[in-house]
Amino acid sequence: MRYSALKILKEGLTGNKGWEPAWREPEPKKSYDIIIVGAGGHGLATAYYLAKEHGLTNIAVLEKGWLGGGNVGRNTTIVRSNYLLPGNQPFYELSMKLWENLEQDFNYNAMVSQRGILNLCHSDPQRDAFARRGNGMLMSGADAELLDQDGVRAMCPFLDFDNARFPIKGGLLQRRGGTVRHDAVAWGYARGADERGVDIIQNCEVTGFDINNGVCTGVKTSRGDIKANKVAVCVAGSSGRVMAQAGMRLPIESHVLQAFVTEGLKPTIPGVITFGAGHFYVSQSDKGGLVFGGDIDGYNTYAQRGNLPVVEDVCEGGMAIMPMIGRARLLRTWGGLMDMSMDGSPFIDKTHVNGLYFNGGWCYGGFKATPASGWCYAHLLATGNPHETATQMRLDRFERGHMTDEKGQGAQPNLH
Amino acid sequence: MSQSNRIDGGLVNRNQPYSFKFNNETMHGYGGDTLASALIANGIKLVGRSFKYHRPRGIMSAGSEEANAMVQLRTGAYTEPNTRATVAELFDGLEAKSQNHRGPLGFDVMAANDFLSPFLSAGFYYKTFMWPKALWEKFYEPVIRASAGLGTLSGQADPDQYDKGFLHCDLLIIGAGPSGLAAALAAGRAGARVILADEDFVMGGRLNSETHTVDKMEGSTWAETATAELYQLENVRMMTRTTIYGSYDHGIFGALERCTDHLYDGSGKPRQILWRIYSKQSLLCAGSTERSIAFGNNDRPGIMMAGAVRSYVNRYGVTPGKRVSVFTNNDDGWRTAIDLKAKGIDVTSVIDTRSIAAPYNVANAATIMGCRVVDTVGRKGIHTIMLSSGQTMKTDCLAVSGGWSPNVHLTCHQRGRPTWNEKQACFLPGGDLPVGMSVAGAANGEMTLQAALTAGHEGANNILSSLGINTASAKASKASAESAKITAFWHVTESRSRAWVDLQNDVTTKDIGQSFREGFKSVEHLKRYTTLGMATDQGKTANVLGLAIMAECSGKTIEQTGTTIFRPPYTPIPMGALAGRARGKDFRPFRLTPSHKFAEEQNAAFVETGMWLRGQWYPIAGETHWRESCDREVKATRESVGVCDVTTLGKIDIQGRDAAAFLDRVYANTFGTLAVGKVRYGLMLREDGIVMDDGTTARMGEHHFVMTTTTANAVSVFRHIEFCRQCLWPDMDVHLISATEQWAQYAVAGPNSRKTLQNLVDKAFDISNEAFPFMACGKVTVAGGIPARLFRISFSGELAYEIAVPTRYGDSMIRALMKAGKAYSIVPYGTEALGVMRIEKGHAAGNELCGTTTAANLGLGMMVSKKKDCIGNVLSQREGLNPDKPLQLVGFKPVDTTTSLSAGAHFVTKGDEATMANDEGWMTSVAYSPILNCSIGLGLIQDGKNRMGEIVTAANPLKRSSVDVEIVSAHFVDPDGDRLRV
Amino acid sequence: MIINHPLLGPRDAAEFVYLGDASLMNRPDAGSDDAAHAFYEYLYLRDNPAGEHKELWYHEQGDRSWLVVTRNTLTHEISNVELASGVARKAGGSS
Repeated sequence: MRYSALKILKEGLTGNKGWEPAWREPEPKKSYDIIIVGAGGHGLATAYYLAKEHGLTNIAVLEKGWLGGGNVGRNTTIVRSNYLLPGNQPFYELSMKLWENLEQDFNYNAMVSQRGILNLCHSDPQRDAFARRGNGMLMSGADAELLDQDGVRAMCPFLDFDNARFPIKGGLLQRRGGTVRHDAVAWGYARGADERGVDIIQNCEVTGFDINNGVCTGVKTSRGDIKANKVAVCVAGSSGRVMAQAGMRLPIESHVLQAFVTEGLKPTIPGVITFGAGHFYVSQSDKGGLVFGGDIDGYNTYAQRGNLPVVEDVCEGGMAIMPMIGRARLLRTWGGLMDMSMDGSPFIDKTHVNGLYFNGGWCYGGFKATPASGWCYAHLLATGNPHETATQMRLDRFERGHMTDEKGQGAQPNLH
Repeated sequence: MSQSNRIDGGLVNRNQPYSFKFNNETMHGYGGDTLASALIANGIKLVGRSFKYHRPRGIMSAGSEEANAMVQLRTGAYTEPNTRATVAELFDGLEAKSQNHRGPLGFDVMAANDFLSPFLSAGFYYKTFMWPKALWEKFYEPVIRASAGLGTLSGQADPDQYDKGFLHCDLLIIGAGPSGLAAALAAGRAGARVILADEDFVMGGRLNSETHTVDKMEGSTWAETATAELYQLENVRMMTRTTIYGSYDHGIFGALERCTDHLYDGSGKPRQILWRIYSKQSLLCAGSTERSIAFGNNDRPGIMMAGAVRSYVNRYGVTPGKRVSVFTNNDDGWRTAIDLKAKGIDVTSVIDTRSIAAPYNVANAATIMGCRVVDTVGRKGIHTIMLSSGQTMKTDCLAVSGGWSPNVHLTCHQRGRPTWNEKQACFLPGGDLPVGMSVAGAANGEMTLQAALTAGHEGANNILSSLGINTASAKASKASAESAKITAFWHVTESRSRAWVDLQNDVTTKDIGQSFREGFKSVEHLKRYTTLGMATDQGKTANVLGLAIMAECSGKTIEQTGTTIFRPPYTPIPMGALAGRARGKDFRPFRLTPSHKFAEEQNAAFVETGMWLRGQWYPIAGETHWRESCDREVKATRESVGVCDVTTLGKIDIQGRDAAAFLDRVYANTFGTLAVGKVRYGLMLREDGIVMDDGTTARMGEHHFVMTTTTANAVSVFRHIEFCRQCLWPDMDVHLISATEQWAQYAVAGPNSRKTLQNLVDKAFDISNEAFPFMACGKVTVAGGIPARLFRISFSGELAYEIAVPTRYGDSMIRALMKAGKAYSIVPYGTEALGVMRIEKGHAAGNELCGTTTAANLGLGMMVSKKKDCIGNVLSQREGLNPDKPLQLVGFKPVDTTTSLSAGAHFVTKGDEATMANDEGWMTSVAYSPILNCSIGLGLIQDGKNRMGEIVTAANPLKRSSVDVEIVSAHFVDPDGDRLRV
Repeated sequence: MIINHPLLGPRDAAEFVYLGDASLMNRPDAGSDDAAHAFYEYLYLRDNPAGEHKELWYHEQGDRSWLVVTRNTLTHEISNVELASGVARKAGGSS
């Protein structure tokens, strides 16, 4: 079923009775060419691009809960490609280009809104680092602008310029950055993949892998064993748990990141703003809530909830740059699991087990990567070779000494 | 306007008349009113508009679960969006406006959406607005954003102050209704440290809204008596206007106390206090929330929860209607009819969905069993209801009860799931309660007053036993009997009109049906697709109804359907309260150096360096631009002498028999060979082989070293070497103390630095070049016996010293240094001049030590000893960190010396296009050198050491510029270091 | 969270800085033949368990002790807290 304004008109006039399910609820088959473990944003995007770009449709996406229930359903919706390092920048720029055409591509309005992302800087060294990054972005074909204080003031006059502990000296602006309606991304990919014949199987938990002589031939699930030529794991915060079933230890720790939304407000801030002297980033949703976040809680956890010190720290950051939000009320806080890697950068790679693939380590930047992650994972699964923008995203990079460390924090996941 | 709907009785104070304004109209109420009860008193039905369809809405509850009656409270910078009229205490002079309408409240032009509702069903926006692509940001989205949202922020800084605090207790009791009061009495009398918190401004909970008796007193009187006793107990802290908003790990709770929200003017007191409560045990007595039934046009002003109607009549002495009907599926709903009757208010009918005998006899009212309200009429105020029996009735207020949902929220904040109880038709707290929490009263499904009182009493006694506190002998109070029978009933299937489930977000039963048909069947999908329960009330009245209807669609039980996850906060919390005093200049503490006052006297410009403030430059008369000051300071230092406060550098005192061996392990280079009385530059790696920090370490004695770190890494380096000491090599005899703040330290640099110091260092100490050569260190005394440490080290590249004195002498020391150097025209120099001089000398600093550079990158590869193990040694040898053409730190000079360089520019081979494919490195730091009279830079470029003299392009597309630069030695000034050693 | 410091009693976790898995105390022998691989595994690979986890916390706003905390990553329940130096000595930490 194709969605359009005309279709809405027709359905509206006939009692909205004709809408079809966005996806089927198939029973798992005995075997598939490819099994994708995890129906989050990345898994669904992978299935979609395998079907659409590579013509592979004998695919199952297995999900232990409900599709789109991972980080794609609980993030702060920011998209951007303002990365510094050559191992990352082209990949995120590919993602940005895919975002820009996504809705027309999968016929679903994911509300890709390029209202811009502004990273504030508060010191000379920070501005120097932004200059290096902005120049690198422009040299990779992305967009970037370095604003001075007046430039920031013109764009965001409501920021605290006069009484700030860490005065705003300028900012790095990427106008093509912005936000996307996160759930709709999962639904759009799911619908598009389903339409092309992919089986999305919810409430089907993978409990083990069939590995014989170093070859993975399928998975054990809560709904029976399923065979596959290739098994592609894509489970973000659960990476450690799932890959342990294949006997693998990963350069990943699971942490919780809390996110926040206020009550609905009339439009009050333009695009995305990030604080450079504390942990706070914010945008305003189309419904009017200020959606914001900060740093991870910082300890290993699988509990999907956080604690008060970080809640207060994040809100302090918010009030430090935008004292006008004091009377806005925080409506809801939640926590999601982050697969924090050892250098802050992700993996899209084969494993040492033939037929078993791994996609993870997205830290808390996975949402913006969704289209490119799906695109590159699909490329790897279909061709056997890494996509040209994902050649650095290898599991063995630490042993070889090829880290992609944007923040320069070294092998400590909670600092990335 | 007269208070047309004010009746006798209630807990309001009629001797305290207040006037207030709603939508600029002056009205009157009393102390003890909420804004909602005062609006009802004044006959106001229409108070707001819904989110999507802009439907006219009235007050539907009498508590924090309110979904409709949200107002913009107060004016100017104090204005506060989305305030629930039902919990806003009335005060004299209150001003409120309705929100989310264009034009007056009565004639909202956006109400056109309501007529377009067939096209605005669940998820419509996912299916359109995609063509043409460019119109999303330019047209569709701005229109959507402008019509969405609710209230508005003032755009000005919040003028109020907020505080934070910590509390500790044996027992935290959450909610001061019957069970909470009973528990507090039991625990308080037994002597336990108790905190009793309630979000209301009066303790007693439903006791104040009902006509029950306790211990032969009116319920509200019993509550008042109990409260009075508890206030007398020193071990009980009574907190009204305090919401326990979240339950966190290990018995920690978040609480918000509203201190001045009920006052016209807070008189400078904190508006609210955010408490963190550390409890040994907690007892949740949060009561329950009444839910609605979905039927046609069930959202009209005048349709209200049955219990809320009782609250208004019994507690506030106002009546929401003159001819009231009741629609219920349970016995409790009937009490509304009984209480209204007792107040002399006309009750037209009681409609009960159950085909049973009427549980109560209500005089002069039609009691219709086994019947349903199908539809209602009255756009801005209900006037007629239509029943499934075909009857039509006139009524101006419909009191609805779909049953009560226990307030299990706090039991679920740590991901516990509630369990469905079919008999009571509600979710009860599940098995996985937060550690130390138990639940009593209606929150635990103990729905009658007697059950609540007993549960509170016994719950507290059980907790006392577990804490080892003897219980008092009193028994639980006795209450009048009541019935709480219910038969689940969710929505009226005969209704043809839209029937609302989530009033604020305009989610109807049809939306849920459509969500199901489109495959959004999981409760999480339902919530996200329809926005059910995502409004400011977080679905307190809507969620159970919504998932019950979804369960019906899918033919599953409610148990199987499950709930979405309850998340903090219980009710929304202002951002200002969560930030507390950490805002503006107080966002983070200031660290000030001992020379701060002196620097202020010199009109220094200060720069934030972490938490520190450091003098950036020291302008003198006539200087208008920072460069003038900076250039002068550099020249004065290089030509004569300057002094710079370097107290902020980390200082770590290291002592013990194994101190030298310890340093050999934490530094890449060797310290065991360092002679006593000497200083050595140290390079510290992370275990991954990347440079962590650098600094100098002085050997003050055989077993005593003083390490310095960079300002930025002072804390992390100390933490790291403590890790090494405690976790890796616990048997080494070495002890570490951070001494950063114990010593004031000054760099004295320039050809006349020795002469300056000789004026200050006591004569007993020979600091001549022969006696105290470059890299010497030692203990001296200054100014007649004050202990000091002297280090002959140089960051500037000049003959230089650093001298440290105990912090209490820091202010005197800078003044003494200025005096001692007066004959040589000594200047204080700031971080700008410091930066210029270190770039002129090619020293790496923060911009170069950026967490990705290796020793080899910095030209220090030879320092990583191959003879010994040290942190980072093994992994520094990985292939990826040792490429054929590594980035190397070198200097850069513009070919055209009149152009200035920019940090962050990327290098490409001259003639190549500025793309990342051709990228060879970047400019890390730049400065204008007043010595070389041109702009100079440091940078990392591939194979730089082998490219001396090559001209490359420094591309700076951000500025749309590129500059040709020559690769030169990083040592721009005195490359052989002669000046250091004179 | 509250960490029951072996010397100082119950302390809010906000006084501490977290490092990670307590296996970071088991630094390999740099002189061994497979040192490169051993250091890679030591520094980069994690068990990352869902359940009981021994981990390192540093009492930065306190007495500067490094602690080994045994905490459940599913429930956050803390079952044991020890001084890291004591644990390291017991394990025969190198000297």
